[in-house]
Amino acid sequence: MLADKDRIFKNLYGHHGWQLDGARARGAWDGTKAILEKGRDAIINEVKASGQRGRGGAGFATGLKWSFMPKQVDRPHYLVINADESEPGTCKDREVMRHDPHLLVEGCLIAGCAMGAHHCYIYIRGEFIRERERLEAAVQQAYDAKLIGKNNVNGWDFDIVVHHGAGAYICGEETALLESLEGKKGQPRLKPPFPANMGLYGCPTTVNNVETIAQVPDIMRRGAAWFAGIGRQNNTGTKLYCISGHVERPCNVEETMGIPLRELIERHAGGVRGGWNNLLAVIPGGSSMPLIPAGPDQADTLLMDFDGCRDKKSALGTAAVIVMDKSTDIVRAMARISYFYKHESCGQCTPCREGMGWMWRVLERMAVGHATRREIDMLMEVTTQIEGHTICAFGDGAAWPVQGLLRHFRPEIERRIDEYTRNAQPEAAPMAAE
Amino acid sequence: MSVRRLAEKQPESFAFTPENLAWAKARIEKYPQGRQQSAVISLLWRAQDQCGGWLPQKAIEVVADMLGMAKIRVLEVATFYTMFNLAPVGKYHVQFCGTTPCLLRGADALKKVLHDRIGEENEVTADGTFSWVEVECLGACVNAPMVQINADYYEDLTPESLTKILNDISGGKTPKTGPQIDRQNSAPVGGPITLTDPSIYAAKEK
Repeated sequence: MLADKDRIFKNLYGHHGWQLDGARARGAWDGTKAILEKGRDAIINEVKASGQRGRGGAGFATGLKWSFMPKQVDRPHYLVINADESEPGTCKDREVMRHDPHLLVEGCLIAGCAMGAHHCYIYIRGEFIRERERLEAAVQQAYDAKLIGKNNVNGWDFDIVVHHGAGAYICGEETALLESLEGKKGQPRLKPPFPANMGLYGCPTTVNNVETIAQVPDIMRRGAAWFAGIGRQNNTGTKLYCISGHVERPCNVEETMGIPLRELIERHAGGVRGGWNNLLAVIPGGSSMPLIPAGPDQADTLLMDFDGCRDKKSALGTAAVIVMDKSTDIVRAMARISYFYKHESCGQCTPCREGMGWMWRVLERMAVGHATRREIDMLMEVTTQIEGHTICAFGDGAAWPVQGLLRHFRPEIERRIDEYTRNAQPEAAPMAAE
Repeated sequence: MSVRRLAEKQPESFAFTPENLAWAKARIEKYPQGRQQSAVISLLWRAQDQCGGWLPQKAIEVVADMLGMAKIRVLEVATFYTMFNLAPVGKYHVQFCGTTPCLLRGADALKKVLHDRIGEENEVTADGTFSWVEVECLGACVNAPMVQINADYYEDLTPESLTKILNDISGGKTPKTGPQIDRQNSAPVGGPITLTDPSIYAAKEK
């Protein structure tokens, strides 16, 4: 188990004060000025050396992302923090913002300095009203203590504005977030141009996840070698895991990257309800990722990091582990996820806007067996027509869970269809995917 | 996507209170010159608060004028973001999370409670106290199932505890927010098994 001294989020559960003095007692804002004095390249190189990959889902190397920002500063550079945490299963950034907001504020300053940005916007989802109040209070404390702002003690002029959304999942996509921040509908932009060249207000912008940025001060203080020494190669550091669903004690916990799924669930969440053998399937990284069924080659041996999940044809995503035991109506559970995507599609690309409804309606019928066997292949075909044919990754994220279901639970769907057909009344002829 | 339209019955006018107007002006100042459009969500939100939880057409138009935006652009924003209620809601608006992590932990039973206690989704009770709506993931999945009532989260619910919360509210009491069972925030039931080493908190809070 990760030793407590190696944890970054020491106030994950809110047992201690979130204010500036409490955060300082836990080590925040210690030697920030010295870190900034190392200069832009040194900070970026340190983060690169730590091997940190973004914690928001895509797992892109943080230092590399920062290095895309133009070197000469002829127009404003912006740092935008993605705190629009809405991926089903994920509730980690919320804990950072309400219990350790100063880690984020300090991280913003360091990251801003590393990319030549004097302005930062933190985009928090609208539903997090209390968390926003907490974060705004923390930012104000930092201003009052002259840690940020004009002519602050750390020597890098820096302004932070907490901005909020109003209930659109798609605004977690970085370009949709920028659109929303500019006061428009949150519809993703075509890339290129990438935000590092043309982002917020047409200026160079980097969008980072809350957890990613909140880890940066500790990486800088303790050194890249410390961070790189945790986890596996290419999958370094610690990670906040959210364990929800059918476990005895659902919780958030910070653990090393690459911890075996079984150890994670049994040590921290009290095990699967009814024991490990009662596991049906697990979604390892938030609802957008394909599920992984129980079994010796599957969930039993899953390592919880980017490469470990990829090996099982899924992805780490946000490390939100949704556990489903054998009592789960798996088809209905996935149909509900499809409904989520139908509801949250921004409507810009036709395959997504129309396809989400198709997938959901077919899955709802399959949940009760009111379908034909050939529709299973038809549904698979629909998912591949959506995947990769949209502006943003939303389409992929909605198609993958359905593909995961069809890949691993086809016999269950066929069983339901057969059972329904056996008991069907003559007039109930199933309709094709409309 | 969800289809969202303005309510048929609309008030005749809308104006920010002086206090909200001052707040709105300060909010606009936070964005670079010429980028005041960025404040549109904040202003609509404030207008919704002022109107008792919903957004009338006149408020949308007032915000458009304040920000120098075309009315249709603000209408687009108001209809795109689902937290803007386009029709009146109850004094206590319950947002019920029905997405899979909550569903797995028994959200169906909560939905029945809301149905029995408050009525149909999106309808306001006769006394104007309650309304409810099913929303998508609210981001408190390890504390599932949960609802949001106005600004606060109520987590780790059972049909009984949700009924009690609703009864408390209608009886004028203020129920405890957060988890409704014995746990602290997102720590496991029975207390955390991590972050127990006192030496990491050795430095005194000054």
